[in-house]
Amino acid sequence: MSVILVFLLVIAGIAGWWLLNQGVMSKPWLEHGPAGALPEIDVTGMPTAKIGLGVFLAVVGCLFALFASAYFMRMELSDWQPLPIPRLLWLNTGVLVLSSVALQCAVVAARRGQIDMVRLGLVTSGFTTLAFLAGQLAAWRELSASGYLLVSNPANSFFYMITGMHGLHIVGGLVALARTTAGAWGKYSPDRLRLSVELCAMYWHFLLFVWLAVFVLLAGWAADFIDICRQLLT
Amino acid sequence: MVDVTPGAVDVIPPAEVPEVELYHPHSWWTKYVFSQDAKVIAIQYSGTAIAIGMVALVLSWLMRLQLGFPGTFDFITPEAYYQFITMHGMIMVIYLLTALFLGGFGNYLIPLMVGARDMVFPYVNMLSYWIYLLAVLVLVASFFAPGGPTGAGWTLYPPQAILGGTPGGQQAGIILMLVSLILFIIGFTMGGLNYVVTVLQGRARGMTLMRMPLTVWGIFTATVMALLAFPALFVASVMMLFDRVLGTSFFMPALVEMGEQLSYGGGSPILFQHLFWFFGHPEVYIVALPAFGIVSDLISTHARKNIFGYRMMVWAIVGIGALSFIVWAHHMYVSGMHPYFGFFFATTTLIIAVPTAIKVYNWVLTLWRGDIHLTIPMLFALAFIVTFVNGGLTGLFLGNVVVDVPLSDTMFVVAHFHMVMGVAPILVIFGAIYHWYPKITGRMLNEALGQFHFWVTFVGAYAIFFPMHYVGLVGVPRRYPEIGEPAFITAPVENLNAFITVAALVVGFAQLVFLFNLIWSIWNGREAGGNPWRATTLEWQTSETPPPHGNFGKELPIVYRWAYDYSVPGAKEDFIAQNDPGTGRPATGLA
Repeated sequence: MSVILVFLLVIAGIAGWWLLNQGVMSKPWLEHGPAGALPEIDVTGMPTAKIGLGVFLAVVGCLFALFASAYFMRMELSDWQPLPIPRLLWLNTGVLVLSSVALQCAVVAARRGQIDMVRLGLVTSGFTTLAFLAGQLAAWRELSASGYLLVSNPANSFFYMITGMHGLHIVGGLVALARTTAGAWGKYSPDRLRLSVELCAMYWHFLLFVWLAVFVLLAGWAADFIDICRQLLT
Repeated sequence: MVDVTPGAVDVIPPAEVPEVELYHPHSWWTKYVFSQDAKVIAIQYSGTAIAIGMVALVLSWLMRLQLGFPGTFDFITPEAYYQFITMHGMIMVIYLLTALFLGGFGNYLIPLMVGARDMVFPYVNMLSYWIYLLAVLVLVASFFAPGGPTGAGWTLYPPQAILGGTPGGQQAGIILMLVSLILFIIGFTMGGLNYVVTVLQGRARGMTLMRMPLTVWGIFTATVMALLAFPALFVASVMMLFDRVLGTSFFMPALVEMGEQLSYGGGSPILFQHLFWFFGHPEVYIVALPAFGIVSDLISTHARKNIFGYRMMVWAIVGIGALSFIVWAHHMYVSGMHPYFGFFFATTTLIIAVPTAIKVYNWVLTLWRGDIHLTIPMLFALAFIVTFVNGGLTGLFLGNVVVDVPLSDTMFVVAHFHMVMGVAPILVIFGAIYHWYPKITGRMLNEALGQFHFWVTFVGAYAIFFPMHYVGLVGVPRRYPEIGEPAFITAPVENLNAFITVAALVVGFAQLVFLFNLIWSIWNGREAGGNPWRATTLEWQTSETPPPHGNFGKELPIVYRWAYDYSVPGAKEDFIAQNDPGTGRPATGLA
């Protein structure tokens, strides 16, 4: 359970820092009247939707940290046989990076008000993301064709389950991306469009980060790394 | 001390919080059924939770009938008994308590108490309820599925949960249970995002974090915890679903069933226990923290006295929330783990008693020399303190490994957790309903029926669970539908069991009186007015009662003070509302 505990420690750190900035040391029973009542910290200036997405991403992060925890705990048992990582995953990773980059370009363009570039970025991102999903499916087929079935070993089970869960989150993101793209051609105001694109980009960067972590985990490098650390410590 | 002269107040500009884009309902359907108004959603959540809770109540009657009078009821087979246990536990903990505290009270109180027009994402909030309802329907469907609901126990421990020997294990029961849990978690996450972000972003001008009522602090912290803890149950449910449906071996070791080798092999049931209790222990506090918050407000309001140690109360809530994530394995002392591991978790478990004890002291000190009004909400709040201390003390016993190991599988544990996370939070729920019902409907609940309900529930709950501790100490095991006639079971134990059953039936019927009161008072209750308890918090200062869509009239309130200005020396009245600009209080007040 160490992965999830480290993750929660980070969350607790952020929460603690935020609480300290919100005046948890103040003495409200002594402070009445508007002077203490209307401090600047009341308004963070960040759009509510972004904070909402941030909280949601913390929950998603928690979910994948728990999968990683379960992975490490199950891995220590004797029947674990690591599976070869298809080379295709490298290509998929590249495609997902492209998708994230395209969205980042769309964000920059949206801030400058270049609507054509925004549209280009959104469409590029949509297609590269679809390519990523197709690539993941192809990787699944490749593995199952060479005998690495879901039930034949827990390492395989985790591989299909975690990549599948990541894929589902990508599919959910595609719904939002599709709506934003439709809005880019439709009736979204420039401000609304910029916010939507920024939210998509935030989600995409996060899922790219999750994918990199998942890749490192499934390829076994995470376990190797921990072993090296353990040897250094003992 | 930051203070202002009354004259300076007039220059405050009207609220500059940007107007929330409210969805304006056009038809009866969008106003009362597919509503995006947090208050309507709150009532929908509460109604559904109470309805499914009644099912769980009936299940507990059936269990008690079997335990009190074994062999009398033919239809309660051992299989049925296990199904009753499982569904009773799961419904009460998740579909009633969690949904009612966070979905019900969270939705109703957060926007009103922080001075917001609505939740920040009303559409997502509406979806949250409908997914919750779907989860409940899937759960109910398992009663009608072939083989009935799962009988795996509310902890759903593998491997037995998905094997043929357990009711519903090889039928639809366990699948429906897991799917229902997954749906619940998805729905809750949608609601939880709303509760958290509304507290972060939706507060009225002047409502600093440290001016929020403790109710909001409790619900807020519990929601943050739930958002981080429920994923563990989600992961456990998904993995068990894989094991059950697709035949993987995440949790399943190699097994021989009825002389036949199953295809499972190598999995770890302990892995499931870790995931489950990583959710399961925070869940106790997800239910307890809102209760802590609400009870603080009830006590302060009905004792006409400011809460003692507000800052300490806030820190204790946050501290308990953080600590509750590192105590989970105290539910697993008997799982064969390393003794040092148990030592660590026993230590953290005992440490968590410190902030909890601070809260209890602060409640008692709030009451000290207060102008105590023994209204029905107050009676329930006082009953909560007693019951919570009682259940908490047995928790200190069970937190120690050496005490827990012999007691672990006895009725003592059943008595402990029912006291601390069954009866105690339910008492707060009742108190809160009596307290806020006038705001929700505009009418008071009937006082005489309320008195009857309180005394039967409180005394009855003790009649049920106090003797149960002794039954457990004698060694009566839990989870057994029938204990036969072992040497240590003497006649007094059998009599006690029968007595507990009778008490459970009586307490159950008293809840019907409460339900009648809830419905009858909608039309026949005494008119309450806007602020019957003369309370300070913003929900009592709305221009209309019940508050309309959008909560506050044309302008949002501006908050000038904390939530606990009761009996301020020199003030005109014995309370000063949070949005009172402060002319009622001399500038030299509390220097």
